[in-house]
Amino acid sequence: MTPNSQSYSRTSPLKDQLLAAFQVTEERINGESKSPVHQVRRAALQQFDKLGFPTIKHEEWKYANVKNLIQEAFELETPSPLSADDLHTLEIPNLSGNILYFVNGRYKPEMSTIVSPAAEVQILSFAEALKSQPETINNYFAQQADYQDNAFTALNTAFAHDGVFIRVPDGKVVEQPIIIRYINDAREKKVAAQPRNLIIVGRNANVKIAESYRSLGEMTAFTNVVTEISLARDANVEHYKVQNDTDAAYHIGTTQVRQADNSHFYSATVTLNGGFVRNNLNIVLDGEYCEAYMYGLYIPNGRQFVDNHTLVDHAKPNSYSSELYKGILEEKSTGVFNGKIFVRQDAQKTNAYQSCKNVVLSPEATMNTKPQLEIFADDVKCSHGTTTGMLDEEALFYMRSRGIPRTEAQALLMYAFAQDVLTQIKIEPIREYLSAVVAQKLAM
Amino acid sequence: MLTISNLQASIGEKEILKGINLEVKAGEVHAIMGPNGSGKSTLASVLAGRETYEVTGGSVLFDGKDLLELAPEERAAEGIFLAFQYPVEIPGVSTTNFLRTALNEIRKYRGEEALDAVQFLKLMKEKMKLVNIDQSLLSRSLNEGFSGGEKKRNEVFQMAMLEPKLAILDETDSGLDIDALRIVAEGVNKLRSPERSTIVVTHYQRLLDYIVPDYVHVLYKGRIVKSGPKELALELEEKGYDWIKAEAEYQQ
Ligand SMILES: Nc1ncnc2c1ncn2[C@@H]1O[C@H](COP(=O)(O)OP(=O)(O)OP(=O)(O)O)[C@@H](O)[C@H]1O
Ligand SMILES: [Mg+2]
Repeated sequence: MTPNSQSYSRTSPLKDQLLAAFQVTEERINGESKSPVHQVRRAALQQFDKLGFPTIKHEEWKYANVKNLIQEAFELETPSPLSADDLHTLEIPNLSGNILYFVNGRYKPEMSTIVSPAAEVQILSFAEALKSQPETINNYFAQQADYQDNAFTALNTAFAHDGVFIRVPDGKVVEQPIIIRYINDAREKKVAAQPRNLIIVGRNANVKIAESYRSLGEMTAFTNVVTEISLARDANVEHYKVQNDTDAAYHIGTTQVRQADNSHFYSATVTLNGGFVRNNLNIVLDGEYCEAYMYGLYIPNGRQFVDNHTLVDHAKPNSYSSELYKGILEEKSTGVFNGKIFVRQDAQKTNAYQSCKNVVLSPEATMNTKPQLEIFADDVKCSHGTTTGMLDEEALFYMRSRGIPRTEAQALLMYAFAQDVLTQIKIEPIREYLSAVVAQKLAM
Repeated sequence: MLTISNLQASIGEKEILKGINLEVKAGEVHAIMGPNGSGKSTLASVLAGRETYEVTGGSVLFDGKDLLELAPEERAAEGIFLAFQYPVEIPGVSTTNFLRTALNEIRKYRGEEALDAVQFLKLMKEKMKLVNIDQSLLSRSLNEGFSGGEKKRNEVFQMAMLEPKLAILDETDSGLDIDALRIVAEGVNKLRSPERSTIVVTHYQRLLDYIVPDYVHVLYKGRIVKSGPKELALELEEKGYDWIKAEAEYQQ
């Protein structure tokens, strides 16, 4: 897409502040400033400077209006009094495995636990990996996530300092899940965090990863995350993104995936809560006989806004992708689903399925759906369907006639609707946590 | 137990029930018959509290309470049960889970304690035997992909579980094979007691061979145009509705 002059806002307080902040960081890291990674950061900053933030005139940001966000300014580092002892209030019950904590964008080794043996998987903070394995970072960093057209990715790339680095060597099965918990503590001050994650999964390797986002407090908490995932041949990756942010939070994120031959990528994105949420999930099926599964669930209420953009690019023949997103929209909330499927000319025998189902529970809630299929090969099977409806009154009456009050009947129906996605989550404590929060939110 | 007086109901501009009068005493079985579209299911739905119908006149007393004032779930808790002519699919909710919720909501309304898992399962086992229903059906999503007969049998199972004071069976016999019909009818009969009443809506004498009614009523164009003893059903089976229609038109 060629951005026209109205697609971006050239100046804004947030932009000015970030440009200035970049100078400050550059001074701090002078030893690193000649490194290839930093050259990428610089190029990304220039691109961000050139673009500015997208406006609703930009086709991809038609509903996602960031005009309030870009009026704000954030401190670069916001200290948080949150300690290991406070974590119990945020606990996901029975969680075990590798658990990494980030508070306000910074890795907290003292709160984190890494249990998997180093021979099985390397789990480091991005900052540590920059120091200890610059080669690998150079080879993978910003190779997938394009910052030319996406201002937020450009911004994240320019400020890529911390996040998670995961590398699974060929043939390794990581037994324990890796759970990354991003906590934004905005109880006293506004927070901006820009985590950058790099996940490299070797041939015939296996790993389960969950990214969980949580914000605290009344102030604005802004997350701008980019996760790049690379699957070598025969690799198997489960990747879950769980969002439970406050109504004052902004979350903008891109998960960029590249799959080689015969790899399997299995993902679920669950948005429990959050004032403004924009998730981009981009998968390039750059191999044959790949499988990609994408599940999504969002249950906004109040004035929350949740926007899921997915892109599956079938670049090679014989691969399979399947997508199911579900939404329950209450009160004055807004949802967006934009699902693009590309089938390139080479990608014969592609199977691609997409479905987005929504229930709008209030006349003031809106759901915008836009499936986009662009098929350049002739021997393919593709289907897509979106439905947006209200609660099934017949079903409600049936349930009420058995003694179940209206609110309980509604909650039961909606919970069952959500379960289609929740049951796909294979990390049990996370699934149970999500089920409990969903049940609670739907019971209102 | 149930006193319906001059009940009128419409949907949109269309008047469907045009003054129904019916008295059902405790322990009685009443059969309601009548041609297609005469308002039988409408009457059943209005009694259960379906809000798409507007009650434009008349009254319904159930155990002395004004039934029309109550929400559908309150009517259920007071002891009314409607076996639907077309049971609704409830995706993702198993019969078991559905009934546990229903039963405990009803108990809550009545100020009784919730059944725990063990008590509930025991009750289920007992009632499953009564209507000869399979566990595998009960763990599936309620009515989803059920055959016509399975849906009807499940309705009777639900009735057995909830033990209503007044059961309204709307064409529960349609779609059942002979064996299923007998089992379902036996299920209903086993629940019969001096305190419990039943309204059976049916097109066929066949069911009434098993569930023997105390009274038979004919509903036509939104009114009960004829009532009689169980033999009336036999007469209808033999002669059809024309003579009743003629009588009714004549009286108008
Ligand atoms: N939701 C509705 N909208 C419009 N008309 C309706 C609606 N429900 C019922 N009716 C009409 O009301 C009349 C009575 O319908 P009802 O279902 O009560 O008949 P019935 O006696 O149960 O018939 P059957 O023996 O075929 O089951 C019919 O003419 C029907 O078309
Ligand atoms: Mg009917």
